[in-house]
Amino acid sequence: MNRIEKLFEEKKSSILNIYFTAGFPNLTDTVTIIKSLEENGVDLIELGIPYSDPLADGTTIQESGNIAIGNGMSLKVLFEQLKDLRKESQIPIILMGYLNQVMQFGVEKFIKKCKEVDIDGLILPDLPVDVYEAEFKSLISSNDLSISFLVTPQTSDERIEQIDANSSGFVYVVSDSSITGGKSGISSQQIEYFKRLNNKSWKNPRLIGFGISDAQTFNTACTYANGAIIGSAFIKALKKGGDDVTQTCKTFVESIRN
Amino acid sequence: MTYNIDDKGYYGKFGGAFIPEMLHANVEELKQQYISIMNEPSFQADFQNLLKDYVGRPTPLYFAKRLSEKYKAKIYLKREDLCHTGAHKVNNTIGQILMAQRLGKTRIIAETGAGQHGVATATVCALMGMECIVYMGAVDIKRQAPNVMRMKMLGAEVRPAESGSKTLKDATNEAIRDWISNPKETHYIIGSVVGPHPYPDMVAKFQSVISEEIKWQLQEKENTPNPDYVFACVGGGSNAAGAFYHYLDEPNVKLISVEAAGMGINSGESAATSVLGTLGIIHGSKTLLMQTEDGQIIEPYSISAGLDYPGIGPMHAHLIDSKRAQTFSVTDQEALDAALDLSRIEGIIPALETAHALHALSLIDFEPNDIVVLNLSGRGDKDLQTYISNYDL
Repeated sequence: MNRIEKLFEEKKSSILNIYFTAGFPNLTDTVTIIKSLEENGVDLIELGIPYSDPLADGTTIQESGNIAIGNGMSLKVLFEQLKDLRKESQIPIILMGYLNQVMQFGVEKFIKKCKEVDIDGLILPDLPVDVYEAEFKSLISSNDLSISFLVTPQTSDERIEQIDANSSGFVYVVSDSSITGGKSGISSQQIEYFKRLNNKSWKNPRLIGFGISDAQTFNTACTYANGAIIGSAFIKALKKGGDDVTQTCKTFVESIRN
Repeated sequence: MTYNIDDKGYYGKFGGAFIPEMLHANVEELKQQYISIMNEPSFQADFQNLLKDYVGRPTPLYFAKRLSEKYKAKIYLKREDLCHTGAHKVNNTIGQILMAQRLGKTRIIAETGAGQHGVATATVCALMGMECIVYMGAVDIKRQAPNVMRMKMLGAEVRPAESGSKTLKDATNEAIRDWISNPKETHYIIGSVVGPHPYPDMVAKFQSVISEEIKWQLQEKENTPNPDYVFACVGGGSNAAGAFYHYLDEPNVKLISVEAAGMGINSGESAATSVLGTLGIIHGSKTLLMQTEDGQIIEPYSISAGLDYPGIGPMHAHLIDSKRAQTFSVTDQEALDAALDLSRIEGIIPALETAHALHALSLIDFEPNDIVVLNLSGRGDKDLQTYISNYDL
């Protein structure tokens, strides 16, 4: 059982998952931010591998990625940075990236490295479920990694079942038809959609992401799922906060939890 | 071996649909319906009538006498430059706007580099009274002011793509993001044989009218439907896909695809994907693309905005990989020279994209009786500023 599965077994609600881009704002901030988030009570970290063309992400995350790439971040550097992390931190970590990066690194080598640095899960938004089943599934499960697929307001009931069946750890509920960092606030229409999802039977717990940016949206999302994911709002805080990332982490998490 | 698409949406190992879940419903709907819609008699009637009376098809297959004397072969030019809006692009936008109507969509989005596909999309949206939003890199908007004005005059909204390098690849990203955010009423008219399945196949089928016409036109002129060679330039590859389509399984017809070498293949300023590209994923398709070791997409360069794309359609990746097509890489300067040459000996000012294919005529040692068809994909009006600033006339 990896740390994500353990987390969801022990904690059923108000799970706070924070996304940030590895190597942003500075190349060596990655591990500092992970530890600060953990110290401030974040439950789960989604660590973004910066990519030049992130189709599912908005400009905030894309810009942070461009800066991180400019800082010299790559998968190779990231795995090097995470090498000794588990001596200092036990927070569950998900790597989020686009399939092309994994392909170029080599799928088997990538999975092996994830295991080596003791990562717990993956999110690859452009990996189709059928390709996953054929090329990734056995490799990922035999290495005790979780993988979270996404559902959106347009995902059909039949497909939701397929996505839930193939996900482990949790299912990522995209709150709206949008890219990351879009409009904030949760509409009554979105709440209807969350309720519709809650009326189904699920194998996995669920986290809501996209458009979750502050205490209010976080609390609303937590009413309808096991927790929520915040990304762009935290990237903006890091950008604004300058070099003292430890302080930014503290202030930001406090603003959400209170 | 087949060179066409298989039932899973792949050309050999290239193609597929590597898209985030947010796009799945739309792409799946298109995948389930595009073939049956295209086969409806009413669709075919509308499509054929518009191609004939609005676009001006069939386009002539012109025997270029002086060009033939120069290269010592029988050279025919397929005159896509005579299409309404000045290039082959409109064949696809006519097809896709009819498709969008039948899917019940009311809002159209598109990406554009030089603005040719943007203009062709704005044109069909005006024709059908549909809302039209064209994404164009902020850098390209500055470089291609006349086409921006054309789109605006046709009633389209031109939205600058401010992300990344602010060119075609980023305009495509922005269009995809728009589609994610507006999944119900919007159809995305992709301009080339790129993107997730079924786009490469759908666009190729709409463009296949080019080789369909070449076949009967050549039969009339040469008493055979098959030339020895078909030449076409390749960026994403839509005009080449159309010119090659009905010859894919005719092994005696040599397919020549010509890409942009920019300042030279190894200059760091190039769009020669067949040489510099490696297997990866771009805009939802597994294909050859220019990328770093880490899988970051590299910004290409070519003097011709239509060839300035870091990837290549999966059909072409398969044609290259299987050696069915032979590929040449032609530099900016070689293309400029070829454009001037055609202007002077045939009285036709070609688009810069097409000029790359024209230069490649000099790279093959023809037999005197060889029949060569070159797809003259577009006219040079849009490139006049580039020509003027590069020639000492």
